[in-house]
Amino acid sequence: MTNIAAAACSSAETAAQLPTRLAKGFVDRLVIIIPYLWLLFFFLVPFIIVFKISLSQTAISMPPYTPVLDFGDGISGLFAGFRELNFDNYTWLTQDALYFNAYVTSLIIAGISTVLTLIVGYPIAYGMARAPATIRPTLLMLVILPFWTSFLIRVYAWIGILKPEGLLNQVLLATGLISQPLVILNTYTAIFIGIVYSYLPFMVLPLYSSLEKMDYSLIEAAQDLGCPPIGAFWKITFPLSLPGVIAGCLLVFIPAVGEFVIPDLLGGSQTLMIGKTLWNEFFANRDWPVSSAVAVILLLVLTVPIMFFQQAQAKAQEQGK
Amino acid sequence: MNATWSRFNISSIVLGFAFLYLPIVLLIVFSFNESKLVTVWGGFSTKWYVSLFHNQGLMDATWVTARVGVISATVATVLGTLAAITLTRYTRFKGRVLFSGMVFAPLVMPEVITGLSLLLLFVAIGLDRGFFTVTLAHITFTMCFVAVVVQSRLVSFDRSLEEAAMDLGAPPVKTFFQITLPVILPAIISGWMLAFTLSLDDLVIASFTSGPGATTLPMKIYSQVRLGVTPEINAACTILIAVVAIGVIIASIANKRREVQRQRDEQAAQRG
Repeated sequence: MTNIAAAACSSAETAAQLPTRLAKGFVDRLVIIIPYLWLLFFFLVPFIIVFKISLSQTAISMPPYTPVLDFGDGISGLFAGFRELNFDNYTWLTQDALYFNAYVTSLIIAGISTVLTLIVGYPIAYGMARAPATIRPTLLMLVILPFWTSFLIRVYAWIGILKPEGLLNQVLLATGLISQPLVILNTYTAIFIGIVYSYLPFMVLPLYSSLEKMDYSLIEAAQDLGCPPIGAFWKITFPLSLPGVIAGCLLVFIPAVGEFVIPDLLGGSQTLMIGKTLWNEFFANRDWPVSSAVAVILLLVLTVPIMFFQQAQAKAQEQGK
Repeated sequence: MNATWSRFNISSIVLGFAFLYLPIVLLIVFSFNESKLVTVWGGFSTKWYVSLFHNQGLMDATWVTARVGVISATVATVLGTLAAITLTRYTRFKGRVLFSGMVFAPLVMPEVITGLSLLLLFVAIGLDRGFFTVTLAHITFTMCFVAVVVQSRLVSFDRSLEEAAMDLGAPPVKTFFQITLPVILPAIISGWMLAFTLSLDDLVIASFTSGPGATTLPMKIYSQVRLGVTPEINAACTILIAVVAIGVIIASIANKRREVQRQRDEQAAQRG
């Protein structure tokens, strides 16, 4: 009797749970599917289109290209399309030294700027991590705050400082350090300053979070054993902060390679960077296929660092758990 | 600890913060300059702010930017929160690697690539460029930032709270809205603010995806900056900085107050 009652009870329970479970499965699926589809359609599909258009011919019309590979034509159309595929845009990129130089210059500028940002950012992050715990949140907020103010404005602010008749030259002339105004604006130096300045928070934050977690008794132990402070830094502090160094460098390097605003506003027309080349190809020359080819190559160049970045992110996520 | 916060550490922080803040301070100071020259001080004046409000083009652009920002940040917050839940809660499903790749890659993707690829998508599907396309583009790149912010909160979330609610018979959706959502709400709010400021700030992606009727404020500022530095742009920038700074300060005060309240509640609970 009790068995039957128990069985009835449990079956009633499952009957009541069933719709809930079904609902849960449905909700779970919805939670995954909505952002998934959005990113597929607005992030992945556009790259495929860029790749497709980079293989088409430039035309004077709107949109200014002759499409190839129309997927509507079915298999036969696809094969016909493949025969028409043309790599002219890529050949063009290899023939004109301008593009090659722009890629190489961008990588070099981004590399140097990343190292400079690390050199400037490390002491700040270190100082913050060693600050009294009570003022650390305030310091952290002060580092983040400039990041909230417009990127464009922060770059613009430097024009007034670096101009030949700008504030920096006025100060230096007034103090007698220089007798002739320095030409900084519209040079690569201005680009370095702009990148270091704009991307500094991206470097400081990951550095700070890895330095803050460090056990400083290790350094005391090293010093007790007679290790000089600089030696202790290179043997203990720096290796332990390496995850932060890697994350910070990738966060600065990858976007800096394709940077447009900084070279355009601070670098002037003399400097060459690939983001600016792509922009001009698109807006000034209206050559969509060539700018697509530039984008495809840039993406290929950045694939390895981006994959490193994703791995670092995934690892940080694992450790967070 | 205090003893080791040496003179070197203090000076590196002071110099670092001077470097971070001096350009912004100078920009604000010279927006109140009487002289038209941005670098020569000619006395205090607010005339550039007055002329700013008579600049119809700039006001229109501000209105477009504000609308794009609010709409895109709101949609991006919903999508980004869903993406964060997916990343932290569903560790096994088909295409998870691709999904996390699509969430993390836009964080570092050069803006010229994102802008160009989205524009080509809009042309391919026959959408007219304008307000709608800029909003879609901003949703797409800001939702990934929201996802990262919310995810970092979800990772440290104590799941036993949810399990307790479900053991007591609360259905999953109700559990989410009554337990999970209030706990991760500060992260969602800062995610929204981050999305909003990123949208407010964006020049490159907007330039690619916007059409004739939808010029945003950064596009307007950029086209004027190219013609030269003027105190009027300084004034526009100062207002923008003030709006964002006030928002951030209010949010952080609210956050702190909530944190204090939470600690008090926990202590009260421990005392029983």
